[in-house]
Amino acid sequence: MTAAPPRPSAAAPRPYRFPHFERRTLSNGVRLVIAPVTKLPVVSMIAVIDAGAALDPAGSEGLALLTARMLVEGSAGLAERAERLGTELDVDADWDTALLNLTVLSSRVDEALKLVGEILTRPSFPDREIQRLKGERLAEILQLRAEPRGLADEMVERFVYARDARYSHPEGGSEASVASLNRDDVLAFYGARYAPDRVTLIVSGDVTPGDVETMAEAALGGWSAKGGAPKAAVPDKVARQTRAVHVVRKADAPQSELRVAQVGVPRSHPDYFAITIMNAVLGGLFSSRINLNLREKHGYTYGAHSGFDWRRAAGPFSISSAVQSDVTDKALAEVFREIDRIRTEPVSDDERSLATSYLDGVFPIKYETASQIATALANLVIYDYPADFYDQYRANVRAVTAGEILDAAKRHLDPSRMQVVVVGEPDAVAGPLERLGVGPVATYDDNGRPL
Amino acid sequence: MRIPIETFTLPNGLRITLSEDHTAPIVAVNLWYHVGSANEREGRTGFAHLFEHMLFQGSENVGSNEHFELIQRAGGTLNGSTWLDRTNYYETVPSHQFSLALWLEADRMGRLLPAMTQQKLDTQRDVVKNERRWSVDNQPYGTWWERLPALAFPTTHPFHHSLIGSMEDLTAASLDDVRQFFATYYTPDNAVLTIAGDFDPAEAKSLVDRYFGPIPRGRGKPPLPDLSLPERFDNPPREIVPDDVRVPRVYIAFRSPPFGSDLYYPASVAAAVLGLKKGSRLHRSLVRDQQLASEANAFTFDLAKGSDLLIADVTARPGVSAETIERAVVAEIDRFMTEGPSAAEGERAIAIIETEFVAKLQSAGDRADTLSMFATYLGDPSRINTHVDRFHAISTSDVARFARERLGSAYRATLVYVPRSPEDAEVEAADLVGANT
Repeated sequence: MTAAPPRPSAAAPRPYRFPHFERRTLSNGVRLVIAPVTKLPVVSMIAVIDAGAALDPAGSEGLALLTARMLVEGSAGLAERAERLGTELDVDADWDTALLNLTVLSSRVDEALKLVGEILTRPSFPDREIQRLKGERLAEILQLRAEPRGLADEMVERFVYARDARYSHPEGGSEASVASLNRDDVLAFYGARYAPDRVTLIVSGDVTPGDVETMAEAALGGWSAKGGAPKAAVPDKVARQTRAVHVVRKADAPQSELRVAQVGVPRSHPDYFAITIMNAVLGGLFSSRINLNLREKHGYTYGAHSGFDWRRAAGPFSISSAVQSDVTDKALAEVFREIDRIRTEPVSDDERSLATSYLDGVFPIKYETASQIATALANLVIYDYPADFYDQYRANVRAVTAGEILDAAKRHLDPSRMQVVVVGEPDAVAGPLERLGVGPVATYDDNGRPL
Repeated sequence: MRIPIETFTLPNGLRITLSEDHTAPIVAVNLWYHVGSANEREGRTGFAHLFEHMLFQGSENVGSNEHFELIQRAGGTLNGSTWLDRTNYYETVPSHQFSLALWLEADRMGRLLPAMTQQKLDTQRDVVKNERRWSVDNQPYGTWWERLPALAFPTTHPFHHSLIGSMEDLTAASLDDVRQFFATYYTPDNAVLTIAGDFDPAEAKSLVDRYFGPIPRGRGKPPLPDLSLPERFDNPPREIVPDDVRVPRVYIAFRSPPFGSDLYYPASVAAAVLGLKKGSRLHRSLVRDQQLASEANAFTFDLAKGSDLLIADVTARPGVSAETIERAVVAEIDRFMTEGPSAAEGERAIAIIETEFVAKLQSAGDRADTLSMFATYLGDPSRINTHVDRFHAISTSDVARFARERLGSAYRATLVYVPRSPEDAEVEAADLVGANT
């Protein structure tokens, strides 16, 4: 064979701008954000409603999710009608907001918008369907006991937040809180949280702003509900200040689901870009330190990563991996070594530029589809970003320095108060974890009750 | 909607599809090798997938893990995956980095072996064993991926054995296996390359020719045995699996027409009528009306050779026994065989399939992958432009006939997961049911 052709060098980058979008407001106060993108005959919509799980009253955790799901599930035949338009009405509540999501061919936007109007303004809450959805949520809670990844994530929130903080209870509620919910709760939550001035409708894809405004006015403009006052929630109170190891029993598990976590920072934190780059070097990319260490150097795992769960209030920061049971202690020692390293030494220029050039370069690839664009615009609404947030994003990423990364690591990662969660076989992992000496080791059943 | 397509073939047999789209400065590079777990020899289950991991360990001019690093530094995304009958590798990059992605794919197709070492193989073997633990062994119902094909395909059939492989066979894999597998299957005449997005076709052709042109054609691969199967089982197989799960789940698999064949389309619509989303029969009846199930789905695997699988899976509500849920699923399938779909059900199924197919093609990576799929399986990437039409062309009576002829009790392979310790499950289930009523 002939010699290999030389490695090519990059051409000049071609210009790219985040899609242009327009804002409008309907006569009743519903806000619109519209991004016309001509590519394929596809349109995605997201209705963002200020009715997220952080607003659940204490003891009624799961109410926001139940209410959101009832919007579609409450009316017989509604899901089928949407599906005959070729779309699925997906309504859910996350921590910050309730979200109605759909993607439809552009020829059917008008009909789809009518359904959106019907769902938001004239929902039906029959008790039979409320009881059914409660039963489905309780089934989900039961199944999670045997699903180690989801269980580990749930335990992280339980151990890093104080018990009176909303974030320490599952987004969809616990067994006791879900069991207590009734039809009056749903009616009250809907009445207080679903109103025109709490809704933003985002439409992106093969549409024109004028058409969308006309159709949306017809579908939603007659809605005149008045919501209650927003609750000032403090969902992110920190639980404990010292490091501890929590082993949650999964008998005979061949792997340990490992988490090392602490309370992170709110999305609006001024260090957002430095934190993002710091995390990319630590564990946010395939080529980042934790994955190369645990997977490519040691073969302990199929993958390891770290991430800040961004929310309006401070979501958790968590390092996650599933490691072979008999190396749980060794893997944990490597994780703490990496945390110490990023907090004490400046990252190399190679590592910093890998992270910044990835996040800068991949920017257009993140917004290829109507649905991705709508999601980006939803975040603009949820986190109250300035209108030019996406236009400034790449420059902000590129500007982060090694000094800022070190500062961000020192300021926002505190290994002395991180909580370690291991879902695995206690007989195999508890002893070695004790000997590792990172903190007191306690063992729990799969409901988080101490053993 | 019409996806533009241009095709050509290099003298070494590499088939190329180009599809331009200049709406964003993005290019997707996508390679399908026509090899999967079906091609593994006895005693080497899981090797095709382990080999896929080795392709990220460098090649003559690329260091270990450098492939990932170079693409990420360029602002691109990448990965690979292994299936029963194909393996794919793909990158999506900013347009000005397009030649890098092509060059990297060519270096590993042409010059992989100089970079292979025992140590790299040992590490990736450990990584893959951990992937097996993560996705199969330590996941509720996780073994269905290997149990269901093992039940539905006879022992000697290439789709019978596990894709992720047994721990013993992974342990046995050697560097010599790597060399042989590479020489046999990773050749330009056993691959298709698709480039989709914002590129100049003349430049693309010249780069492809320069990078891939010198790679020699293979010496041919051993043919797979005849993969066709009788649709009906002599003894419909069933297996009950006690597992670390809290509620029973039932899988029913049917041998169904291969992906892309004329009968595939009614089969696919039948699966959608039965179990695609909330308006489907299984969901409406078992989840919504009878409240016996918490989840219900049906879908096809989309295997393109010999026989595909159509699979229904239904998870019981707490407190509902495996016998009850299985009886209820069977009753729905029997009813579907007798009634066939209504016009509205057929319309619903096809409308969802169409939206999902069109929406997926918005992304350059998915568009390239879909073109590679049609090129590999059907020898014709332009099938991307008639795929939806083929769904619209079938009638409810086509679907009804398929259901009547192919979904009967003699055509079903049944796999049932039950909680390993029924006492525990019952106690917890009783708590939950009590709380609910």
